[in-house]
Amino acid sequence: MERVPLERKVLSENDRIAAELRARFQDHGILCLNLISSPGSGKTSLLERTLETLPREDRVAVLTGDIQTENDANRLKRFGFPVKQITTGGTCHLDARMIERHLADWNLDTLDLLLIENVGNLVCPASYDLGEAAKIVVLSVTEGEDKPLKYPSIFFKSDLLVLNKIDLLPYVPFEIGEAADNARKVHPGMEIVKVSCLTGNGLHEWMTWLAHRRRAHQSLVRETAS
Amino acid sequence: MHELGIAHSVLEAVRTEMGRHPGTYPSKVGVRIGEMAAIDPDALRFCFEAIIRDTDLESLALEIKVCPRRHCCRSCGHDFIVRDYDSRCPQCASLETMCISGDELELDYLEVEEYGASTAGAKSTQ
Repeated sequence: MERVPLERKVLSENDRIAAELRARFQDHGILCLNLISSPGSGKTSLLERTLETLPREDRVAVLTGDIQTENDANRLKRFGFPVKQITTGGTCHLDARMIERHLADWNLDTLDLLLIENVGNLVCPASYDLGEAAKIVVLSVTEGEDKPLKYPSIFFKSDLLVLNKIDLLPYVPFEIGEAADNARKVHPGMEIVKVSCLTGNGLHEWMTWLAHRRRAHQSLVRETAS
Repeated sequence: MHELGIAHSVLEAVRTEMGRHPGTYPSKVGVRIGEMAAIDPDALRFCFEAIIRDTDLESLALEIKVCPRRHCCRSCGHDFIVRDYDSRCPQCASLETMCISGDELELDYLEVEEYGASTAGAKSTQ
C-alpha cells in the first residue's frame, strides 16, 4: 500500500473559477457582494430597497438565485438596473461556474457593484466561493436569536449581519441583543445593521455601510492598479 | 444538503489522481473537514457510499477527519482550540485572536494498492 498526499481543496475547481472571477472583478473595479439567508428572511426586499434608493445612473447589477421561477428577477427589474435570474433547477446554492456563465454577456466595464442574491439556505452557500469581496448574512427577527449558533459557518464567514423585519419586534419574542451577542460569539467584532425593509427603518445605516464599502473598494482597486 | 456535490468532487479528485498511478487501485481516501465548514460528516459518508455503489470504486473507503476551530492570539501568540464559541485567549484573556483553522474542506491523502498485492475488494478501475 502506498499513501499519496493530496493536499488540495475538495472544491478546487469551484475555487479556481472563483479566483478568476475575483481577478476580473478587481480588474474592472467591481465590488461583488454575496447575500445569504434562509428562505424568506428578506434578501430580495433588501435588494428592492437598495435599488430603489440608488441613483438611476449608478453602475449596479444583480444576479439572483433560486431553485425555480423568475419571480425575484421580475421584482428587481422594475428599478431599471441589469438583473439576471439564475435558476439552479434543484441545487441548493450558487457556485462560481453559474456566476461565470451568467456574467458572460454583460460588459463588466459598465459596472461598479455586483450584488448576488444566493439561494435561500443558511448552510450550503457558505461552502461555495463566488469570487465575492464579502458575504453578507441576512437574518429576520421571526427566525430566533440562536441561528448564529446553529449555523455558525455562514455567520463566521460573513462581514455583515443584516437583522431584518425589526418592525415585527413588538409582536415576536426576539431579543435583538441576544441575537447580536450570538453572532459576535461566532464572529467576534461582526458588524450588524438592523433594518425593516417594510418601513424603511434602519435602511440608512445599511446604505451607509454599502457606500463606505464601495469607497473602500475603489481606493483599494486604485492602489493596486498604481 | 450539498454533501452529494462534495462527494462527487472527492470522487472526481480520486479518479484524476489515479491517472498518475497505473497498475494500482485506490483503497482509501482521506478528507479533512473543519467544524466551521458547514459539512455534515454523516451526510457526506452516506452520499459517498451511495455514489460508489455498483461502480469500479465500490471498495473505496472514506476517512473523514474533523478539524476543530483553532485560533492564535495576536497578543501572546498562544495557539488554542475554540470551545463553545469562546475565542478569548485562555492564556492572556485577550479578545484579539485570529482564526487559523476550522473551515477546511480538503483532500488529505489517497491510499493506493498494487493489483495482486491484496485481492480484497480489488476491482478493475477501467
